[in-house]
Amino acid sequence: MHQFLRLSRVLARTLVHAVPTVIGIVILDFFLLRLAPGDAADVMAGESGAATEETMAALRSRFGLDLPVLDQLLAYLSNLAHFSLGYSPRYNMPVADLILQRLPSSLALMGIALGLALVIGVGLGVVMATQVGRWPDRVLSVLALLFYSVPSFWIGLMLIVLFSVHLGWLPSGGAGSIGTEATGLAALLDKARYMLLPALALSLFYVAIYARLTRAAMLEVRSQDFIRTARAKGLSPMAVTLRHALRNALLPVTTIAGVHLGGLMGGAVVVETVYSWPGLGRLAYEAVMSRDFTVLLGVLLLSSFLVILANILVDLLQAWLDPRIEAAP
Amino acid sequence: MAAVLDVRHLSIAFPRAVPVPDLSFTIDEGETLALVGESGSGKSLTALALMRLLPRNARLGPASRILFAGRNIAQLPEPEMRRLRGRDMAMIFQEPMTSLNPVMTVGRQVAEVLELHEGLSRRAARKRAAELLDLVRIPQAHRRLDAYPHEFSGGQRQRVMIAVAIAAHPRLLIADEPTTALDVTIQAQILELLDELRRELSMALLLITHDLGVVAQWADRVIALYAGRKVEEARPQLIFGTPAHPYTQGLLAASPRLRADYHYSDGPLIEIPGSIVSAAGEEGCPFAPRCPVARDACRAAMPPLLPQGDGHFVACPVTTLREAPHGHPVGL
Repeated sequence: MHQFLRLSRVLARTLVHAVPTVIGIVILDFFLLRLAPGDAADVMAGESGAATEETMAALRSRFGLDLPVLDQLLAYLSNLAHFSLGYSPRYNMPVADLILQRLPSSLALMGIALGLALVIGVGLGVVMATQVGRWPDRVLSVLALLFYSVPSFWIGLMLIVLFSVHLGWLPSGGAGSIGTEATGLAALLDKARYMLLPALALSLFYVAIYARLTRAAMLEVRSQDFIRTARAKGLSPMAVTLRHALRNALLPVTTIAGVHLGGLMGGAVVVETVYSWPGLGRLAYEAVMSRDFTVLLGVLLLSSFLVILANILVDLLQAWLDPRIEAAP
Repeated sequence: MAAVLDVRHLSIAFPRAVPVPDLSFTIDEGETLALVGESGSGKSLTALALMRLLPRNARLGPASRILFAGRNIAQLPEPEMRRLRGRDMAMIFQEPMTSLNPVMTVGRQVAEVLELHEGLSRRAARKRAAELLDLVRIPQAHRRLDAYPHEFSGGQRQRVMIAVAIAAHPRLLIADEPTTALDVTIQAQILELLDELRRELSMALLLITHDLGVVAQWADRVIALYAGRKVEEARPQLIFGTPAHPYTQGLLAASPRLRADYHYSDGPLIEIPGSIVSAAGEEGCPFAPRCPVARDACRAAMPPLLPQGDGHFVACPVTTLREAPHGHPVGL
């Protein structure tokens, strides 16, 4: 109960801070996107190969692109106030529907990638810290440096070359087998097969970060007095590491992981493109190329929500991990 | 009375220094032995060596024997040592503020020992933890089981540490400067509690301190340590009445608190000139470089520890010459 009250106070404070942040982000994004040359009408005209001044003007007036910039902003904000994300001229459907279509697969990819990165990274970090200076630590340190410095699209391509082309174990792209009527476990396994490579490509960079971070945090915690107390109790090294050291070492890792949850979107754009994964990242990329700013604004708005949500999660997680963190009264 | 701990020729070496070259002492059952000495005299290292919790780069000398309840634990394999730690011998540390895990409830930290050594279930351990916290006089103990260390004061945290240490009824409790970090008013309470528990649970208490006031009041026997060597050993009355070693004399002279009619502003504070660093690499008596009465012979070889009668041992031929002409080396 005590714990619950504490956590709900943290939650309330964070939510209040979120509202002005989101409004600020929308306005800033709106003006930033105007800096790009051209608009949706230009792209559509270019793609169709021939367009008269009249059809372009008609397109612009239909989507409100001919209005003054401030009027467009006000129109967008008024849409938002009515819980609408606007209409995409390119896809010819409401932006909200478009995003909702793509959101689940993107969230699944990001969630699994981050989860994978945390589990593997923290695990490796603990191993490195307990073996510090010995060969497992050194080998893993080199590996971590490698994963840290190699770009994710290259890792993605190499994984395809190895597992799809040479070994033929896993599919090289897409999000599921077409035409199969699998249900239940079989369907889940099919999804997992498609998920594995992109999730791995996306997570390896973060695995490296978390491994190094966990290692450093564990080494710092290890020299603290309460670890000596734990040893003086007669606890085994395993119990001292997992029960006493790890939980204290997780605090800096959760902070960074929260920051990453927002940044993961950026990495997802690349990996989703490499693996033709039908997610938000690719939608954003396509929206940029076609100057479909309503879609892009929608995606950006959503990712800012994601970042805020991630921050809330991190705040809650930290309040749960560390009883000394308390909401300001 | 039988000795619960019999330490012989303990030596602790680091790659570049030997802070404790050769130390022997015993603690009887139910006895309070005080180890005194200034910072760097090897008190805490000795305590850690007894628990076999020395830093990784420290080594016990091959001749070191630590007989605990008759068994030599100096070379005991780590898994067996773990069964002793926290159960037969326990330790409390100087810093109550940092010695408890900040993200674990106090109740869990006490219960952990009970689950490990007494084989209690989680529920039974929790119940017993509440009793232990009550025993060390944490008010409303059962309600504070789920509180975290930061919600306790320094004195209360040290009480929790004591509860952790005594949870499995150890035969030997090592208290490494248990009150140094605490308020003066709390110090007496903690020491009183330790003394009471020592009597109730009939454990031996190794009290490590640099506070001679603590020694005078609570110890049955005192060992003055200098640079890892025993320079004097006696009952507190003797040490305070007729300190024989120049180092002990210096320590006493440097303690203004021991004289009731004296205020430190009444005169200059007295110190022992020099520092303990000068003992490094010294062939003879480690105190010789700072000693007002040192002779050439003192610098040549470490003077043996000689009995002066009435359980009083001194390792100084200069100040004890008149009193004990027929002395002979002890031990060995």
